[in-house]
Amino acid sequence: MSNSNFTRRGLIKTGAVAGAAGLSLPTYLRADGHSGFTNAPTGDTVTLGFNVPQSGPYADEGADELRAYELAVEHLNGGGDGGLMNTFSSKALQGNGILGKKVEYVTGDTQTKSDAARASARSMIEKDGAIMITGGSSSGVAVAVQALCQEAGVIFMAGLTHSNDTTGKDKKANGFRHFFNSYMSGAALAPILASNYGKDRKAYHLTADYNWGYTTEEAVRTSTEAMGWETVAAVKTPLTQTDFSSYIAPVLQSGADVLVLNHYGGNMVNSLTNAVQFGLRDKQVNGKNFEIVVPLYSRLMAKGAGANVKGIFGSTNWHWSLQDDGSKAFVKSFGTKYGFPPSQAAHTCYVQALLYADAVERAGSFNPCAVGEALKDFEFDGMGNGPTLYRGEDHQCFKDVLVVKGKENPTSEFDLLEIVEITPVSQVTYDAGIFGGELGVCNPGA
Amino acid sequence: MFGLNSKDTKLLLVVIALTMLAPFILNPFPEGSAMAQFNGGYPDLMQRLVIFGIFAIGFNILFGLTGYLSFGHAAFLGVGSYAAIWMMKLLTMNVIPAIMISVLVAGLFSLLVGWISLRRSGIYFSILTLAFAQMSYSLAYSVLTPITGGETGLQPKINDPRILDGALAAGETPRANLFGLEMGSSYEMTFGNWVFTFNAGYYIAAVVMILAFYLSIRIFRSPFGMMLRAVKSNQQRLNYTGLNAKPYTLAAFVISGMYAGLAGGLLVAMDTQVGAERMFWTASGEVVLMTILGGAGTLIGPVLGAGFIKYMENIVSKINKTVLEQWFAFMPDGIEDFIITIVYPFVGKGWHLTLGLLFMLVVIFLPGGLVQGGQKVFGLFRRKKASDEKTDGKTTPAE
Repeated sequence: MSNSNFTRRGLIKTGAVAGAAGLSLPTYLRADGHSGFTNAPTGDTVTLGFNVPQSGPYADEGADELRAYELAVEHLNGGGDGGLMNTFSSKALQGNGILGKKVEYVTGDTQTKSDAARASARSMIEKDGAIMITGGSSSGVAVAVQALCQEAGVIFMAGLTHSNDTTGKDKKANGFRHFFNSYMSGAALAPILASNYGKDRKAYHLTADYNWGYTTEEAVRTSTEAMGWETVAAVKTPLTQTDFSSYIAPVLQSGADVLVLNHYGGNMVNSLTNAVQFGLRDKQVNGKNFEIVVPLYSRLMAKGAGANVKGIFGSTNWHWSLQDDGSKAFVKSFGTKYGFPPSQAAHTCYVQALLYADAVERAGSFNPCAVGEALKDFEFDGMGNGPTLYRGEDHQCFKDVLVVKGKENPTSEFDLLEIVEITPVSQVTYDAGIFGGELGVCNPGA
Repeated sequence: MFGLNSKDTKLLLVVIALTMLAPFILNPFPEGSAMAQFNGGYPDLMQRLVIFGIFAIGFNILFGLTGYLSFGHAAFLGVGSYAAIWMMKLLTMNVIPAIMISVLVAGLFSLLVGWISLRRSGIYFSILTLAFAQMSYSLAYSVLTPITGGETGLQPKINDPRILDGALAAGETPRANLFGLEMGSSYEMTFGNWVFTFNAGYYIAAVVMILAFYLSIRIFRSPFGMMLRAVKSNQQRLNYTGLNAKPYTLAAFVISGMYAGLAGGLLVAMDTQVGAERMFWTASGEVVLMTILGGAGTLIGPVLGAGFIKYMENIVSKINKTVLEQWFAFMPDGIEDFIITIVYPFVGKGWHLTLGLLFMLVVIFLPGGLVQGGQKVFGLFRRKKASDEKTDGKTTPAE
């Protein structure tokens, strides 16, 4: 403790010096008074905050996100092969950091809990002077951290969050999402399901009992019912459930011929495994083959469920086997650095980091309002998803959605999903008002 | 002073000094130095230190005095938080009504839980409280989603009613305040390379903690506190003397539940967000750890334990590989890599491991917690003095 000599005299002196020099400014969350926004970078570096789950159920995704961020920082600072900066349609990034400032970063553990995530984000903003927070692997965390960033006056670039709420009823002016959402999953999946399984199917939903589950069930239900399907029942399952046999047994008696598993991560791995073990997929109901659908797929989940995913339909934001220039460039630089292909979580986080840096370059300022203005209605290409629009009304990205299927004959442990169709963006676009919520106006802090 | 004996007064004054000077004490390293990583003097952590201090003080009134080990205290914290956020959404963003209602609601809820759980003692009591807490968590997480916001939790929204507050100016977001003084507003003092942050919210929480601490001293020293100790030492004997212990244990349970509610209300006042994880059983376990780590049954112990755990969680968990590389950059390459490989599992996401090891060490070598450690250190000095005296010839016969 180097300053333990706190005599009364010392304290008064300190106060007098600080006061006289005009250095003690009333501030909000460490705002830098003369620059007009929170955490304005003053030196020759700029700090970004990577807030990802490093422990808890989504730790695998978090680890992959962190790898992607490290890669993005390397590329932004001019290291490596430049990755997606070479294919990105905007050429504002020079590989000399952001606005000439070297990019540094701090990391934190969200533990997939909103409290812990906010504590970690606040320490990044208040202590480390982070100008932007990004990451997360769950919608609850994304919504909580987004609200915090709005209050503190920094930009939030959401990581993996699929619930409609993030850019729906909980949208915020300082928050941006590149990942797709439940609505888009439903809209992309329904036509494929109808053409493969017919239009007179009876669906049974098992839904994880929390917000993301609700919005996903809602989305899949609405879009399949519009195709002529009938929903027999929708049963909620506790998030902590590991054995789904008791939920699978009634499915056969219900007369349904399709089972929709609105589960994610470990939930999906277990419920799908249970369903396959019960022999659902070999059954004939109503004269049709019984089918299973998983609205949101990820490679990590497919890996967990093993051979059970073969032939099962789902949607995903991005997959490493895409053959456009952007995807190939990203897979190459990620693979060179880490030795395996990136997950969709890694992709969305990497892209978000680059999009932020690019917006700052184009805006010519780190001011959150200027950055928000630069991202608003920004159209870009070359990031692996084809032409993409950052819609201004709700800060949601609109791009093609991939419908995938578990591969019948995987050639490696990463080659588990095959792309069935790339649903064009026009088919998944919706009106910004349908989920309610208010964007508000951007808050630069200070 | 204040009805305390001189020893307690001294303790209270020490606590007051520590909390009031926390921005200096927690920020000992200049900005930009390698050690700045260990600075903890930013508003969020300081607020958490005192708020979880309150939580642990309350828990200690139950566990330290009566010996009843509740494994469900996080439920009261969570209920208090939900009550507070609803107050902010419906009534006003001023923190006073929010904090008051959180204490009240947590008190009522703990009365219900305590009334049922206290029919049993020992491990059965612990299991009952744990069951209640997990039940509250599950309800908040899914069944009661319309009230609790489920997984997403609750936050003040621009279009909340807030009947007592005037309309917000365009572009304003609702912020927690105390008659206009925003919880987030800070005053920064720069002195050379040092930056000290004085945060309004922190000082409000700190004043509440000092009051809570004072109240806990009074409870410890009161006849009521003595009754609670009697329950801990031998409840059966107490029953045989014709005393009914239940009203005393129930009172202690409700008081500690209200402390938890107060902590929950303050958490919302400082950071306007509630999530159901706040009630998860690990959160209940954490306060048990805090109390035992600091020293159960001592006055200052729980506060120290809470501070220790929260500091570890927020500071050690943020040390990543890049930071380690900066620290050990001066070493030759091979040795640097070797040391980083050894240290890395204990920092960053491995902070739980470090905490676990420290907890084991404390429980094995200092069963009385950090307080006992402090006493041992002081004892060491005293013994030295005594041995000095011995050389003067004042020897005492050995038995």
